[in-house]
Amino acid sequence: MKITNDEIKHVARLARLYLSDEEEKRMEKDLGAILTFMDKLNNLDTAGVPQTAHAVETSNVLREDVAAPSFDREELLKNAPTVEDGCYSVPKVVE
Amino acid sequence: MELYKLTAHEAVQMMNNREFSSKELTQSVLARISAVEDKVGAYISVTEDEALAVAQSADEKIARGEKLAGIEGVPIAIKDNMCTKNMLTTCASKMLSNFVPPYDATAVLKVKKGGGVIVGKANMDEFAMGSTTEHSYFKKTANPYDTTRVPGGSSGGSAAAVAADEAILALGSDTGGSIRQPAALCGVVGMKPTYGLVSRYGLVAFASSLDQIGPVAKDVRDCAQLLNTIVGHDDKDSTSLLYPERDYTGALTGDIRGLKLGLPKEYFGEGVDKAVSEAVKRAAAKYEQLGACVEECSLEKTQYALAAYYIISSAEASSNLARYDGIKYGYRAERFDNLIDLYTKTRSEGFGDEVKRRIMIGTYALSSGYYDAYYKKALEVRTLVKRDFDAAFEKYDALLTPVSPTAAWQIGSMEQDPMRMYMADVCTVSLNIAGLPGIALPCGQDADKMPIGMQLIGKAFGEETILRAAYAFEQETDFCKMRPAL
Repeated sequence: MKITNDEIKHVARLARLYLSDEEEKRMEKDLGAILTFMDKLNNLDTAGVPQTAHAVETSNVLREDVAAPSFDREELLKNAPTVEDGCYSVPKVVE
Repeated sequence: MELYKLTAHEAVQMMNNREFSSKELTQSVLARISAVEDKVGAYISVTEDEALAVAQSADEKIARGEKLAGIEGVPIAIKDNMCTKNMLTTCASKMLSNFVPPYDATAVLKVKKGGGVIVGKANMDEFAMGSTTEHSYFKKTANPYDTTRVPGGSSGGSAAAVAADEAILALGSDTGGSIRQPAALCGVVGMKPTYGLVSRYGLVAFASSLDQIGPVAKDVRDCAQLLNTIVGHDDKDSTSLLYPERDYTGALTGDIRGLKLGLPKEYFGEGVDKAVSEAVKRAAAKYEQLGACVEECSLEKTQYALAAYYIISSAEASSNLARYDGIKYGYRAERFDNLIDLYTKTRSEGFGDEVKRRIMIGTYALSSGYYDAYYKKALEVRTLVKRDFDAAFEKYDALLTPVSPTAAWQIGSMEQDPMRMYMADVCTVSLNIAGLPGIALPCGQDADKMPIGMQLIGKAFGEETILRAAYAFEQETDFCKMRPAL
């Protein structure tokens, strides 16, 4: 299936990616080829076939609700780009 | 004798006989890394000091008169998508180039508890997306048999390290063939266990319903031994299964009389190199000689598995990789106007081309208007692929196929054509879709003396059957003894 430049722009926005004009062109070409390949699935009749999301069936896996030590806050925050008062800091969200 | 050439089981026995120490073995492997790493490029980081400290404790054990067991005191490489506490874990991405995990992945913890000597973190395709290890942010890994060729991927660093004797064992991860294909291309043994046998906790997620950690080794016995080390239910991974642990080396009897082996004809068709299909068919003949019953069979939906795989894996990847936003860990763009701009710039600068491509495909396949046509359809096809296998396993104990349609190809030759690279996964992805175990082991060479691998596919939890079959073949042939001349 062909994919249009507008669709590429839309999907990139959903995926939170900026693409340069050149990247958009490559995506158009590559995704077009890949989607065409994927379209062969339409040759297969799957009416009434259930979906398999996981190969091995598991149902809800529960454990006892027991309090246990969690990670050390300082340790975890060491990987954050910016930290303030023991919290992750982000740019202002609400004006 | 160069100690780095040994297998794990040979080395453990010799250390128990006090022929050399774990420190000497580890130093030998570290020296080997220094000598050939420039050519191979298997590692993102080498952890010499940590390794020598672990080797020291193995030696103290021997000094106390105790015996080493399993993988104790043996140098091992860990693919760089498994979290190692206080040790850089990059996933071969700029996005995680500064990430030092505060915890160990469960498989890594089990290696540590088993006394394995971690010598470094192995190179890979960024976020395990790729079949060549060319898509690493840091470097390309070369095939030790011919350094102008790819080692396969995405666990190319793990396979190349073992093949080049830069590690005695390695852990890889396999989402669509990422352990088996590089093992085949580098002439070593690699196994993807049944989905759920090994905990995925601390494995950086690519496609959660397909990912599985597994061993890379120089021979089948080492592969079974490393599998022993890493299996088991884990409270921290709700998809890890309660399956009784066992000693997989017990399956290595050499006796496969009466084994029913199917040869699915779809895996020998168009696109599969003649040298490859002939090598695997010679292996089939060897199995008949050894008393197995070999028969051609059919897995009709095979041709659809690859398309379904790329839809499912990309969809799951686009969702899993949404977490990389520059807030809690990893790379953050330097300049941005607001929160959305921070997310978007961070992701655009932090991800490489192949990762962006997969995120785009996955986002498209999950987006409103296309969900039914792609994602839902792929999950239905997944059911059909699984049914194909279920039917085959009513008749056969295991299936024998090629791993990669060709031996290793030239670095750079597929870079401009992602579709061609995806096609190279045609023999391996259906196992992940169906959750089945598979082992790749060497079974020949092509005209350029590049290794050819074969794949034994087992039913769910059929690890012992395929290990037994692999071991029997290995004992009767010399392919596992081949080593590259570096």
